[in-house]
Amino acid sequence: MTSPPIPSPHPEGVPPVSPVPVRLAHERPLRLGPASWLLRLRSAAAALVLLAAAVLLMALNMRLGDIPMSVAEVFRAVTGDGPDHFVVMELRLPRALTGVLVGAALALAGAITQAIARNPLASPDVLGVTTGSSVAVVGVIVTAGSAAGGAGGALASVGVPLVALAGGLAGALAVYLLAWRGGLDGYRLVLVGVGVSAVFTNVKYWLLTVGDVTDSGRAMVWISGSLNGRGWEHVVPVAIALAVLVPAALAGTRSLGVLRFGDDTVTGLGVRTNLARGLLILAAVLLAAVATAAAGPIAFVALASPQIALRVAGVAQPPLVVSALCGAVLVTAADLAARTVAAPAELPVGVVTAVLGAPYLIYLLIRARRGARA
Amino acid sequence: MRLQAVGVRLGYGDRVIVDGLDLGIEAGTVTTIIGPNGCGKSTLLRALGRLLRPSGGEVLLDGKRIDRMPTKEVARILGVLPQAPTAPEGLTVADLVARGRHPHQTWYRQWSSGDEAAVGEALAMTGLDGLGERPLDELSGGQRQRAWISMALAQGTDLLLLDEPTTFLDLAHQVDVLELVRRLHREHGRTVVMVLHDLNLAARYADRLVAMRAGRVIAAGTPHEVLTEPLLAEVFDLEAKVIEDPVAGTPLVVPVGVRH
Repeated sequence: MTSPPIPSPHPEGVPPVSPVPVRLAHERPLRLGPASWLLRLRSAAAALVLLAAAVLLMALNMRLGDIPMSVAEVFRAVTGDGPDHFVVMELRLPRALTGVLVGAALALAGAITQAIARNPLASPDVLGVTTGSSVAVVGVIVTAGSAAGGAGGALASVGVPLVALAGGLAGALAVYLLAWRGGLDGYRLVLVGVGVSAVFTNVKYWLLTVGDVTDSGRAMVWISGSLNGRGWEHVVPVAIALAVLVPAALAGTRSLGVLRFGDDTVTGLGVRTNLARGLLILAAVLLAAVATAAAGPIAFVALASPQIALRVAGVAQPPLVVSALCGAVLVTAADLAARTVAAPAELPVGVVTAVLGAPYLIYLLIRARRGARA
Repeated sequence: MRLQAVGVRLGYGDRVIVDGLDLGIEAGTVTTIIGPNGCGKSTLLRALGRLLRPSGGEVLLDGKRIDRMPTKEVARILGVLPQAPTAPEGLTVADLVARGRHPHQTWYRQWSSGDEAAVGEALAMTGLDGLGERPLDELSGGQRQRAWISMALAQGTDLLLLDEPTTFLDLAHQVDVLELVRRLHREHGRTVVMVLHDLNLAARYADRLVAMRAGRVIAAGTPHEVLTEPLLAEVFDLEAKVIEDPVAGTPLVVPVGVRH
């Protein structure tokens, strides 16, 4: 049974339903037959500029070394053969590539983490990855170091990245298990992650103090994040991981866009909320772990790159590709600074990013507090 | 029967809120669930919309177990508007409503002309055409609620579940939203299930009322059958006179006092 009509605030009858073109805030449609995509023009332009900047910074970086070269000579050495071909291809290019790839991987991990946690202060540290790697690596260097009479080259080049990878994954697993409560809540993940990271960090310092002085010194270089002496054996794993995980992360972009809403809304739209969130976090963990294994925990890149990227692209949520390119530029630029500031001495790249990172973190905190008060 | 709860047990963690409840929703009706705070009406609605998995019993959508259907397929049949939904800041109305197309999209079909038409139509149906590029935070409460309903409409489902769609709205905006619900039902044939607090508006805009208390259905039927003085006492501990609404002819509840 239905009730009789009552006076309506609307004019009676079917409202005018004429399909008007709908304009989305940042995206423009591209339609090809039955297929259609959404493009962000500003993001695409930003990505091209950042890509060019990354290549240029790589070239500037590759000028440096025992044999100084000009940018033109670097390009000639890469393309042709000539006398510098070996030096550039076997020493300088892998180092520069490691920087670019590690930066991109860390930034991508950060962008995913921040989107899921809905928090600009979240980073893979919060997922337990970087601190887990640090504890594992310091533990191995400090204990195995003296036992094996100063761990040999094999442990340093192959063992350390593997230990870092295992430690990072174990750290993430610990955070995940502690944060899981019938589902994965962004805020709970951040809180648990901060707690677990604090514990790992303190264990790391304790290990450094019990360790032999020379072992602890070597461990310190690793845990500040360094690109020194990185070769193709470091490039290849990160490149493979990125080749697999970047498409996977991009496939999750649409889910990531929806996951910014409340869980009930997301589930109502037909997304398997916990599964989507879990897979994206897994991708972030793997990216961060592989990157950390290659170059140590380079501070601040994962935290800042997504925030820089969303300002550059003018969008509300960290865009994945632009974030990755920001990370690549940031690490390459920081490495360039690390090698020139105190030349001929060379700082670990992580020291430069950390110096840049501290004021940035304070800025974010102040802004967050202002936002909370406003 | 479009949607059916069969002996469902619902709760959060160890706390059971609803146990052994049966309810059927007929096609083409507007059903409103009423009841005191904490009686389990929102919990029931969340279970009907597969936002909450029953720990016992089952929910059937068109005769099939909803938890065994792909959730994306369910999202093309049934739209849910959760209670007090939140959107990320800076979102525009069109961006929000466009999200309703998510269950129809894939990575190679992100924004078809069909998607655009559905969103345009949903905006027009809710009277928001022309406001598409406005940030959501700049809208009034009533407009914002219409935008959320618009998102559920863009989903293109003929079954809509609305959890307290009028909360935080003044009376004029409450009537505005409920008029929209009525139009969706009468002119577009939608089946609607909603939770409302205002009994008089519930009586005016529903074909069928379901009165709940302490996780049980106490009465279900037309507003005239359900909104009686003894039932108000039983469900709400409310002493009230029920008279005829001079405008709509539906029952009108005039409170006398609370019975202790």
